[in-house]
Amino acid sequence: MKDNLHGVYIIWYRDILRFWRDRARMLTSMAMPILYLVIFGTGIASFLDRGEDFDYIAFIYPGIICMVVVLGSIMSGITVVFDREFGFLKEVLVAPISRTAVAVGKAMGGATIASAQGLIMLVFIPFADVQMSVASGFMLVGLMIVLALSLTSMGLFIASRIRSMEAFQAVMQLLMFPLIFISPVMFPVETLPGWLATMVKLNPVSYGVDAIRQAVMGVEASAPFGIELFGYRMSIALDVAVVATFGIIMLMLAIRSFRVQE
Amino acid sequence: MTSIIEVEHLVKKFGDLVAVDDVSFDVAEGEIFGFLGPNGAGKTTTINILSTLMRPTKGKVTLCGHNVARRPNEVRRCIGMVFQDPSLDIKLTALQNMQFHTGVYSVPRDVAKERIRTVLEMVDLWERRNDTVQTYSGGMRRRLEIGRGLLHYPKVLFLDEPTLGLDPQTRFHIWNYILDLRKRLNITVFLTTHYMDEANVADRIAVIDHGKIIALDTPDALKRMVGGDVITLKTDNPEAAVAELKEKHNIEAQHGSEGIFFEVQNGEEFIPTLVKNFRSGLYSISMRRPTLDDVFIKLTGREIREEGGGEAVLMRAWAQRQASGGRGFH
Ligand SMILES: Nc1ncnc2c1ncn2[C@@H]1O[C@H](COP(=O)(O)OP(=O)(O)O)[C@@H](O)[C@H]1O
Ligand SMILES: [Mg+2]
Repeated sequence: MKDNLHGVYIIWYRDILRFWRDRARMLTSMAMPILYLVIFGTGIASFLDRGEDFDYIAFIYPGIICMVVVLGSIMSGITVVFDREFGFLKEVLVAPISRTAVAVGKAMGGATIASAQGLIMLVFIPFADVQMSVASGFMLVGLMIVLALSLTSMGLFIASRIRSMEAFQAVMQLLMFPLIFISPVMFPVETLPGWLATMVKLNPVSYGVDAIRQAVMGVEASAPFGIELFGYRMSIALDVAVVATFGIIMLMLAIRSFRVQE
Repeated sequence: MTSIIEVEHLVKKFGDLVAVDDVSFDVAEGEIFGFLGPNGAGKTTTINILSTLMRPTKGKVTLCGHNVARRPNEVRRCIGMVFQDPSLDIKLTALQNMQFHTGVYSVPRDVAKERIRTVLEMVDLWERRNDTVQTYSGGMRRRLEIGRGLLHYPKVLFLDEPTLGLDPQTRFHIWNYILDLRKRLNITVFLTTHYMDEANVADRIAVIDHGKIIALDTPDALKRMVGGDVITLKTDNPEAAVAELKEKHNIEAQHGSEGIFFEVQNGEEFIPTLVKNFRSGLYSISMRRPTLDDVFIKLTGREIREEGGGEAVLMRAWAQRQASGGRGFH
């Protein structure tokens, strides 16, 4: 057990080190969400103008934070593909650390980086015109970490089954769009047609967005963008349960996939 | 002697291709065991199975008393690996690569610090330790990679074509260090190579071709199989020379990269007889004791590799080691 924790730490630490050397890249992956925030926050908000009590930017701001976390999380899987291509994965797989420690360490490394990117987004609080208490700030951080761990595990699982950088990038392009946009990131979902609403509810990101929006705006204020499951309005706790369950399943699949690597 | 590696009827197939074909051998603790064979013979595949990176299709492999397919974690604790292909994190520095290694192999911090320095100095990279591996040349990366494999003092060390492309000086240093480790810690070395000089360092050599072991013995015994001396002739008409040798001396000469060659007993006495009345034009005659190259040719009719060379350097390292009684290097 102690050995495993140590193994997790070493794997995690290396991912952080590596990321730190390459930290400028983080900004390129955050550029798009920030652009969305500015363009949609000002442009569409003025077009939508539903009156004094509806502040569109306050709704999409938590959605954009999620977008940053989700993008950062699933893209972290690329480190596995990269390690395979450059051979470093062999050094990891022949080492006396369990495959569980490898997968958990990787998931934690990716999640740390994705959460940090989410945190950086907090500098836009004044622009987004939201008031947050310290308590909800902490809540937000916790939720970002859960969402990041869950989606990093998914990225890890996908990456563990893919051999080439090109294939990984293609799969990511295919996945990214529906994961981010078939969710309440940019618009309310309860009024969507039936099939699209179903897809939103099958998307784990939706629950992450819902939880984070409730934490940032408060339960009442976020209600117009809320999700209902079986006629039941999701609470933060329920959202977390869905995201965490999805993450655990993905992590177990990733661990299994690391076990049978050749 | 106890066997630290036991391989019984190992088979590995990739689809229809049989990469390792019913291979069996044992390696004793503290032995240097060499796998010698041309590219594609199945050396790396065998190492990958022994080191738990691939599963055998058939057969049983035991390392340090553990079955590699069933108890890979126990096996991994007992081995060290220098891969044939690059396996460094090129975005990190040399030092960080080394620290990752001592980290995953749980080498205590203070021991690791000292050992990393010793190894980096040995491979002549200490001055460059804080540069990212990305900025290293191919030879520097290779040296770092070998150094890394030596950090945690494994019971069994796998070296897959370790010094491919390194200059003789560096090979000399590295082998000195490995031989010294063996002397001090009785580590077992499993080596694959298609360099003859490197194979000479081994206590025993398995010659492998097309996935099968075709001979297994000490280097000296293998060379004795060739019998006699090897004579190489350079001539303006190789075909005619081969025919003439057959006609006059009943010798089956072969064409090689150096000219035509053949084996005879007592080469010193044969050469004068040969030169007398030889009709084909001769440029040069050379004679040497058999090498492992000749062994391979004898067994398969083919040459193992294109270029040779460097044998002298390693033999010197080897001889020094034997003579000095194995006290540390430098
Ligand atoms: N992962 C693999 N998939 C398919 N074929 C492979 C794989 N690895 C090796 N081979 C094939 O197995 C044979 C033996 O390869 P290898 O063990 O690398 O030889 P060596 O190390 O002796 O040069 C070769 O024909 C090679 O092409
Ligand atoms: Mg090979």
